[in-house]
Amino acid sequence: MKITISREDFNRIYEHALSVRPEEACGLIAGEDRESGIRVIEKVYILTNTDHTNEHFTIDPKEQLTAIKDMRANGLKPLGNWHSHPESPSRPSEEDKKLANDSKASYLILSLMEEGNPVLNAFHIESHGDEKTVRKEELLII
Amino acid sequence: MKITVSGEKKEVSDGITISTLIEQEQVETPQYVTVSVNEEFIDQDDFDSHVLKDGDEVEFLYFMGGGR
Repeated sequence: MKITISREDFNRIYEHALSVRPEEACGLIAGEDRESGIRVIEKVYILTNTDHTNEHFTIDPKEQLTAIKDMRANGLKPLGNWHSHPESPSRPSEEDKKLANDSKASYLILSLMEEGNPVLNAFHIESHGDEKTVRKEELLII
Repeated sequence: MKITVSGEKKEVSDGITISTLIEQEQVETPQYVTVSVNEEFIDQDDFDSHVLKDGDEVEFLYFMGGGR
């Protein structure tokens, strides 16, 4: 799947992720799936990581609920989530895979590992029994 | 009675519990689902005993987390 995010939204999550480093930053993405097969992120939600560590993230469920209602009110579809890896590459960790339970979601991971060179990738994670398969999506920053 | 589930109005049986609603709605991986009723979060231990009322607004939220 091809997925797009605006440069402005990319900058927002990058700047937020830098501001809370070394903690992991996180949030949700919303938008629409177009008939052309392109998934368009139209809104990014910056939410609280209730774990407040550099090793884990948990999205605050109260903020998640508020975001879901905002998506509904604005006709946006929940598309998945994003989080930062302050010190590791932009790929799903074993824990990321274990806790990815929505096969329709896109999981965006922003690596801050290399100073001044943020790397954002999107992944599709699917369950097959206890096994998870990961597929990288084509992410365009436009 | 009528309740709202994830923004959609639905007709359900009187006395329905959260656990039964989870089954009826075929919620995937329910062990990772947080449930709110009228914006109050319900403890998973209470899913079997929490009886929904007419007009309740129910939301199913997937736990979203991970690690490096």
